[in-house]
Amino acid sequence: MASHTDPSKESFRPSMLIYDTRYRGMTIQIVALIGFLTLLGWIINNTAQNLADLGMRPSFGFLMEPAGYDINQTLIEYQNQDSHLRAAFIGLLNTLLVAVMGCATATILGVLIGILRLSKNWLVGRLMTVYVETFRNVPVLLWIVFTMAILIETFPPPSAFRGDDPEATMAVFNSVAITNRGVYVPEPLFTRGLGDLSVFGLFQISIDLIVILAALFAGIWAARKVRQRADRIQNATGVRPTTWHFALGLIVLPVLIVLVALGFHFGYPALQGFNFQGGIYMRNSLIALWLALSIYTSAFVAEIVRAGILAVSHGQTEAASALGLRPNRVMSLVILPQALRVIVPPLISQYLNLTKNSSLAIAVGYMDITGTLMGITLNQTGRALETLLLGMLIYLAISLSISAVMNWYNNRVKLVER
Amino acid sequence: MSDPKKASVAYVRQTILPEQAPPGTAIGMIGWIRANLFSGWFNTVLTLLSILAIYGLLSVILPWLFSPTWGAQSLDECREIIAATFAEGTSKACWGVIRDRWIQLLFGFYPSEMYWRPILAFILLGVALAPILFSERTPRKFLVVTALYPFVMPWLLWGGSIWVPVAVMAGFALAYAVLKYTGPRMGTLSSTLLAVAVALIWWLFLAMPVAGLVQSAIPLGLTPVVSRDFGGMMLSIIIGVVAIGFSLPIGIVLALGRKSDLLIVKALCVGFIEFIRGVPLITLLFVASVLLNIFLPPGTDFDIILRVIIMATVFASAYVAEVIRGGLAALPAGQYEAADALGLDYWRAQRLVIMPQALKISIPGIVSTFIGLFKDTTLVSIIGLLDPLGLSNAIRADSDWNGIVWELYSFIALMFFVFCFSMSRYSMYLERKLQTETR
Repeated sequence: MASHTDPSKESFRPSMLIYDTRYRGMTIQIVALIGFLTLLGWIINNTAQNLADLGMRPSFGFLMEPAGYDINQTLIEYQNQDSHLRAAFIGLLNTLLVAVMGCATATILGVLIGILRLSKNWLVGRLMTVYVETFRNVPVLLWIVFTMAILIETFPPPSAFRGDDPEATMAVFNSVAITNRGVYVPEPLFTRGLGDLSVFGLFQISIDLIVILAALFAGIWAARKVRQRADRIQNATGVRPTTWHFALGLIVLPVLIVLVALGFHFGYPALQGFNFQGGIYMRNSLIALWLALSIYTSAFVAEIVRAGILAVSHGQTEAASALGLRPNRVMSLVILPQALRVIVPPLISQYLNLTKNSSLAIAVGYMDITGTLMGITLNQTGRALETLLLGMLIYLAISLSISAVMNWYNNRVKLVER
Repeated sequence: MSDPKKASVAYVRQTILPEQAPPGTAIGMIGWIRANLFSGWFNTVLTLLSILAIYGLLSVILPWLFSPTWGAQSLDECREIIAATFAEGTSKACWGVIRDRWIQLLFGFYPSEMYWRPILAFILLGVALAPILFSERTPRKFLVVTALYPFVMPWLLWGGSIWVPVAVMAGFALAYAVLKYTGPRMGTLSSTLLAVAVALIWWLFLAMPVAGLVQSAIPLGLTPVVSRDFGGMMLSIIIGVVAIGFSLPIGIVLALGRKSDLLIVKALCVGFIEFIRGVPLITLLFVASVLLNIFLPPGTDFDIILRVIIMATVFASAYVAEVIRGGLAALPAGQYEAADALGLDYWRAQRLVIMPQALKISIPGIVSTFIGLFKDTTLVSIIGLLDPLGLSNAIRADSDWNGIVWELYSFIALMFFVFCFSMSRYSMYLERKLQTETR
């Protein structure tokens, strides 16, 4: 039985490339590709021409040359004779540091404010509305420089702490010094420390930290096993054994034992000469950036949390209660999982925004990747093309990994519809 | 009828008691306060804490805010006035700087005798936006202003010969004429391509010489203003409005490309959108300030504001594309199928059925993208343009106002707040309106 229309029999005419829908898509794609490649070629050609005129050849060799500048806030060892690459890496770590700190603070603040904004208390609700509207309707850059100005103008200089009757005293039981140059907090020290471990000869990692983390994770793993056993018993007998004290002990005790074994104590900052010595020094720029980013982002997070909670319909709560669940189980088993499905995707995109906004560090002189690689390195070497390309790729990598996490989560919690 | 109750109970009331007024503590002001502020120990604590916080904030801000320094000519004079009037050590605002510089914060270094031009441009902007933002309350005739505005605004702001925008407009007219004339004969696709080619040739090679020729014959124009003089809120608004205006069509194309079945087109669009959304705006601005000239043919050197606007447009279009993609995804599949069933081709279906609905859904998102972009225009101060934040540094560099901090920041924050807050309110109004329309 022959089919009455057999398109392949028809002879091919060039006009079919445009008028036949079977071929048109192909034509458009090829035209688009040619157009794109032409544009790309044009740009590359222009760039090569311009660079040749400037007498430069694109190369990343400069990354190995000594940087020659100091970075005032570093997480790992750095001297100004280290390479530009290492300076960029320090900058990347600083970016990640402020991003992680900011995300954590923004989440805590945002959840708190989002819930308070839903409060039946009229005054609290209004106050939180004012908070949200104030912080999200003013540019984040303004908040950053504003916070920096507050830190510089309102806190006492280190010299104010000097003398028998000082103008300023240290906060929190005489352990935290808040000055206009930055904040000094106590640092953890170990009398019987295990020293440092060199990673590929690039940087040092404290073995103490690794041991503590290992103890912590082992504790968490053991606590999880305990919980799984409780689940099994509950499934078999219907009675759930009480495990929380056991789990808590498993998490806390190993860490405590390790800390005692290592001789853990705090090193307090103390005034010596013109400045404080000892303790962990967090510069103003870091604190200003961290506070401003977290407060700004928390306003957005608050709105997301509010919307997420409102999105769970009241019927769900009532249905859960009708099933006989206790209020805290209603929250943890019914409301929270559904609210989180609404909250988490925009929340992660706020994390993404915060990470990208951390590039505004350059406005207060915090040395993040923008300040090192795309700032001083660019100015010193004049390699605008290479540094900007590299910097953008690094940001892109950070963003794409955050979105990958988001997609993974989305797929996991997606509502499965039949 | 023997009622068992009557037998055992001495008295049973047969009529309903008249309603009594609720107790005085449950109604009116007191009732409201009890219900909303002190309904339990936790709420009471929250209320007291809030009152404490409000008091703490206001007791610092209000005395600082009310300061008789409006007429001061410099920070020193402010300090003298404050020292003469109040106790020593009182911290008061110095509002003289705002009186002295508010015009600069609004217009930058734009020549003062030509302030009418940006003002007129912004009034016209309102007129041009009205038919889009409040479609049911404004006459459709205003759409003419909307169509002309993209040509009028740069001319008003930058000045120069009037024939340049006219020549650019002529390009569109030319393309339209080609489309009208050849459309029926050559088919839609080829005539569209031809029209685009004609317009491009006109703009690239003919428009400027023709404009110059007409200008020499009929000189008509405004005094040119160089971009260096642009600044303040005006600059923020220009960058924001131009970038969002251009990013809308680009964003629509990108969103359609991302949803397209064509693999290469889709890959290009996804790559572009994800790249732009993955990097911070500041890096794009660095590209604008140091790299864009390297990408263009040797010898090209164009205006920094234009370069920033290009980058802001590229940035915004990626975000607008995502918003519109959301709008497209929110449309029920039945709409696409119905358009197909009516026999509409792809572009007609998009133009007549899909886009009007998808755009309507995405307006709130577009507005919030615009708010974000508008706030982000402060970033141009980092690459040395004089937006309000950049100007605040310039003002501080003046010896009269050296040391001023809070007053400038507060004023700038207030300006941004007014703009952004009213836009976000508009977006909420729109959401409510759209919600009731779809019900």
